[in-house]
Amino acid sequence: MFKRLISLEWKSFFRSASMGKSIGLKILMIFLGVYFTAIFLLFGIGLYPLVEKYFPGETPLFVVNRFVLVWLLVELAYRFLLQTLPVLNIKPLLILPIKKRKVVNFVLLKSLYSFFNFLPLLVIIPFGIFNIYKEQFAPGPVLAWMIGMTALTFCVNYANFIIKKRFTENLKALIPVLVVVSGLAILDYFKIFEISVWFGKGLNEILFYPILALIPILLFFVLYLWNRKNLESKFYLDATLKEQTKNINTREFLWTRRFGDIAPYLQQDLKLIWRNKRPKTSIYMSILFLGYGLFFYTQDTYQDIPWFFVFVGIFITGMFMINFGQFIPAWDSNYYPMIMAQNIPMNRYLTAKAGLITFSVVALAILATPYAYFGWRIFLLNIICAVYNIGVNIPILLYAGSFNRKRIDLDKSPFMNYQGAGAAQWLVGIPLMVIPVFLFWIFYKFISYESGMIFLFGLGVLGLFLRSRLIDSIAQIYKRNKYAMIEGFKQQGD
Amino acid sequence: MITATNLKKIYNGTTVLNIEHLDIPTGQSFGLVGNNGAGKTTFFSLLLDLIQPTTGNIFNNEITVSQSEAWKPFTSSFIDESFLIGYLTPEEYFYFIGDLRQQNKADVDALLSTFEDFFNDEILKKRKYLRDLSKGNQKKVGIVAALIGNPKVVILDEPFANLDPTTQIRLKKIIRELGASQDTTFLISSHDLIHITEVCERIVVMDKGILVKDIITSEATLKELETYFSGGQTVEI
Repeated sequence: MFKRLISLEWKSFFRSASMGKSIGLKILMIFLGVYFTAIFLLFGIGLYPLVEKYFPGETPLFVVNRFVLVWLLVELAYRFLLQTLPVLNIKPLLILPIKKRKVVNFVLLKSLYSFFNFLPLLVIIPFGIFNIYKEQFAPGPVLAWMIGMTALTFCVNYANFIIKKRFTENLKALIPVLVVVSGLAILDYFKIFEISVWFGKGLNEILFYPILALIPILLFFVLYLWNRKNLESKFYLDATLKEQTKNINTREFLWTRRFGDIAPYLQQDLKLIWRNKRPKTSIYMSILFLGYGLFFYTQDTYQDIPWFFVFVGIFITGMFMINFGQFIPAWDSNYYPMIMAQNIPMNRYLTAKAGLITFSVVALAILATPYAYFGWRIFLLNIICAVYNIGVNIPILLYAGSFNRKRIDLDKSPFMNYQGAGAAQWLVGIPLMVIPVFLFWIFYKFISYESGMIFLFGLGVLGLFLRSRLIDSIAQIYKRNKYAMIEGFKQQGD
Repeated sequence: MITATNLKKIYNGTTVLNIEHLDIPTGQSFGLVGNNGAGKTTFFSLLLDLIQPTTGNIFNNEITVSQSEAWKPFTSSFIDESFLIGYLTPEEYFYFIGDLRQQNKADVDALLSTFEDFFNDEILKKRKYLRDLSKGNQKKVGIVAALIGNPKVVILDEPFANLDPTTQIRLKKIIRELGASQDTTFLISSHDLIHITEVCERIVVMDKGILVKDIITSEATLKELETYFSGGQTVEI
């Protein structure tokens, strides 16, 4: 039976609609995979000499043990953000004569084959071997330690799923946990009660009594069984439905009325953003990235290369523009045939999108005004970058959107989600950022800082004047590509 | 109102639609029947310019649909769920469509009030998003939305499928009334021969992309269709 399930998985992977379509994306993923593997392996090999160097006179393994708890917490945190329980389409399996337990076991075991579980091994194993090689401990106890550590990693794997199941529906329940964890962290930091040290001492004991490695293994089994029980109780079609229907948001965004013609579209887009996970994240991201400037404005190195501030300015004021704009019109992919058949003139549709992004750029530029603290030049440059974004970059993004063919399911989690991303998304970043930086650099180099600003500002204003013309011709391109877009957005699967 | 000439759609060498000439006069209730793969949805998609004809043209009120958008203001349609916006409530969706068709909130409310029976208290004021409604209720929303703003051409693909019996009967009544009292042209496809003969003045049978029968509905039509679809033998009912 397991063999069948595996072959189903295999087919679903290789027969998915986008298989073989996004080579660029795959190359990126492989690159990231190789990169992280290399980093962790280097860290694993270098750990022993490093600890020896910075903690002279101490036993490296004991030093490392002291940090294990912190590491496990960090691991849990990033897994919470990035890792999800592998999905298996259970609907067709529900009515077939397959034991529920078998399917659940399959899903849970499959989750062990995750990159997240592989990475810590790259540290644990070389470090363990180093310890044996340096004859710090006998091979037996070190092996027990390695097994215990691996078990702990797997515990984090399953603890993450439990936490996700419990808390994603109810984030408020997470608050007491966070309070306890940060409380312990504070006590640890001020050396009042050093829980990480105590945890480390516990791990040290494994080296003296290798049988103690059974404790993490036992914990691993407990978590596994807990997960299994949890999943088995959710093995019904309506298990996921229950959560969805409560608490709906019926905000009306009536203030958009004053924008006349494009008001219904604006309202529509705001609802799209507020009611769906992925576009909603782009708002939080934009606000988060407002702080990006602090990295650069505060450092003296960048004061001599002011052209770099153009990049920062474009980024700060255009974060939402980039995040949201690159997936126009894929955000509407679920109902794109309706958009095409309804009484929606293409150029009005695009004007509305441009209006929404313009609004975001203005809002972010206003929020970025405190950067005036770093001097009027930076303040003025940010304003000019905003104008450039509005005038030049918005039409570029809309134009690039006409090459979008990939569907986006609005409700999927936004982290590490590359659904809807194709070559167009990667390529469009270049003209958005590089062109203004390059233009500014030429003027700065050969004339002056001010002339660069005036030139970018001029381009932005020119773009604004030509906007309706530009949008008209972009709308023509959308119309030409219409059939391919409808067809592409229909393709399910990621 | 609608004219198709020399219309052909070919996918990878297979002809899925081939209509030499079809003329649908203004105000007619036009029914399209045929087995799966007959080309009904393909025809509607061509009429809505969602796919491109391989050869030929469709004219909607003398406008070539693939060349101008001017047919959109008087044409409305519901083909499938991809015509609904999942994250809106039914009310919001109706008002949005109303906005697109220059109907204010009061106009839409007035229209919706005539569909109270049809909605059967399952649609309005339920505080649910469209994506959380059942398939049948989603269909009701889509059909009613296609009637907002006094469209001259209404295109409904399989409107009776997925609806409960009560709603089917109510829908037939609605289509008959609208078809009779206004100058609205209805284009409806269905697998249900009884329903379609009851609501349509004219029925066209398609098979593998070709028009095989063109009947003005009469008492004998149902019998004729049943004979055709059972493979030529007469059917006893």
